[in-house]
Amino acid sequence: MATAESPLAGVPFEPGVAKPDPILVVEHIRRSFGGLTAVDVGRLEIERHTITSLIGPNGAGKTTLFNLLTGFDKADTGHWHLNGGALVGIPAYRVARKGVVRTFQLTRSLARLTVLENVLLGATDQHGEGLLGGLFTSWRRLERENTGRAEELLERFDLIQMRDQFAGSLSGGQRKLLEMARALMVNPELIMLDEPMAGVNPALTQSLLHHITALRDDGKTVIFIEHDMDVVQEISDWVIVLAQGNLIAEGPPSHIAANDDVIDAYLGRHHGEAL
Amino acid sequence: MNWADIFFDGVLAALGPVGAAYALSAIGLNLQFGYGGLLNFGHVAFMMAGAYGTAITVDLGGSLWLGIIVGIACGGLLGLLLGIPTLRLRADYLAIVTISVGEIMRLVARSSFVEPLTGGVFGIQAFANEFFDLNPFSPGARYGWGQFVFQGRALFVSLVGWALVGIGLLITWKLIRSPWGRVVRAVREDEDAARSLGKNVFFYKLQALMLGGAFGALAGALLAIEQQNVNPNSFEPKVTFFLYVIVIVGGAGTIIGPVVGALTFQFLLFFFDSFMSSAQQQGWFNWAGFDATDAAQVKLVLVGVGLMALMAFRPQGLFGSREEMLIGDR
Repeated sequence: MATAESPLAGVPFEPGVAKPDPILVVEHIRRSFGGLTAVDVGRLEIERHTITSLIGPNGAGKTTLFNLLTGFDKADTGHWHLNGGALVGIPAYRVARKGVVRTFQLTRSLARLTVLENVLLGATDQHGEGLLGGLFTSWRRLERENTGRAEELLERFDLIQMRDQFAGSLSGGQRKLLEMARALMVNPELIMLDEPMAGVNPALTQSLLHHITALRDDGKTVIFIEHDMDVVQEISDWVIVLAQGNLIAEGPPSHIAANDDVIDAYLGRHHGEAL
Repeated sequence: MNWADIFFDGVLAALGPVGAAYALSAIGLNLQFGYGGLLNFGHVAFMMAGAYGTAITVDLGGSLWLGIIVGIACGGLLGLLLGIPTLRLRADYLAIVTISVGEIMRLVARSSFVEPLTGGVFGIQAFANEFFDLNPFSPGARYGWGQFVFQGRALFVSLVGWALVGIGLLITWKLIRSPWGRVVRAVREDEDAARSLGKNVFFYKLQALMLGGAFGALAGALLAIEQQNVNPNSFEPKVTFFLYVIVIVGGAGTIIGPVVGALTFQFLLFFFDSFMSSAQQQGWFNWAGFDATDAAQVKLVLVGVGLMALMAFRPQGLFGSREEMLIGDR
């Protein structure tokens, strides 16, 4: 929850409002598929060291916005920058190397790699990943260091006992955890989670929430897409609402829950009226 | 019916030069398909690039050794040319392009307008004398024990071939255990996941395709040298599918799989060949009116049945891991 000492205190609750210390600034981003405009956002800023929830009804363009910002899809127009450096037109793998890592709505575990290998893949400094580097250089020392870091992450996400199993043998919830551990191995500044709680049992949801809060406390910035308003209320510092590709509201969770535009977007404009 | 003769016909074929060349080529295909998940349905084109690259270089006055290097480079270059337009697209496009390029190359090589270069339908002969000058064995003499006997010429090519297979295995082993191999396997599993972790997926696929192609080209050069002959007819699409059988029977995505697969495949092929021809000679098939040609056809049926039985009982291949195969995309 946004508290008195929150960096977002005093920011007006208007769509596109400027933030005191934004990590990501998006301007005039637009993407259409044929006649359908999936995303059309004039301005959006994401405050550093906060948890921002991205909500909106189905088809609002949330995942499309994620895809655009991370280089998995190309915007028709628009500018966006991370810490002042432009991210437009940069391929997905380089966006990740710049410190923006995303996860996927449908979990993408690398099934026939072990759990440890999945996490090790997140390391960005391993020169043995080059063809010649792998053949001729000594990458083992770095590998040992990375393995240490990977094991800490596995420990944190309760996966350490599965370390040498194939990722394909994990349960759905464990895969969500693995995907998050893997993303953290990249050491991102901004982590974008696409429905991390979808299809996860309530007990695990609590532990995932705890992990996400811990990310912020570690100094990372989190944006996550979520449908469950209880979850959003519980951990978000700020909520942004998309509907039909447009940014229709933003503000702290308490404000959003009572916002008429948001309720209209979810339930339709004429809800509650006599028929 | 002399079963020992039939058995040794199979063994000698498996260990012979062609077995080694198939193993080497399958190592390349395994890198592309088994580890990289690339559907290269035109591996024979890479072998052809290696064989013709070698022969044409010698024909134009270069040395054989330069020719082999040119041949390997041609294989890598072909991978680059095929990979750049297709590897950004879905996997099926690589399959379509490779299968057609294989046929296009074969048809172009045998057409008359390139005859000054490729020798057309006649091919190029006698370009590997420099290789056989190094033969420490006397070419016609017989080496071995009992029925396990190679002629000196074949023994030399086999030894060189299996030494190359050994080097190929060593390179694969080092690469696959390295972080490079981990990224390539990750790309096989899920490209977007690899991308989201900062891996340049296209580049890794291109590297795997080119490296596998270079192995295929070396194998093609080896086959051409062994026969002292390159000819378009040796590079029909079925060679690619033999290689797929070899990789899958041995265990796709395992280090030793392609070698075991090549040995098994060559053994079965020549075991049944020898079996069918002696059975036909002894009149086993008189009731059906089979002549020698018919018997040779039935041999392929028997090889097919044998391979099907292998797949039914060991679907992961001889050296594959069953656990790994069963995981799939749950």
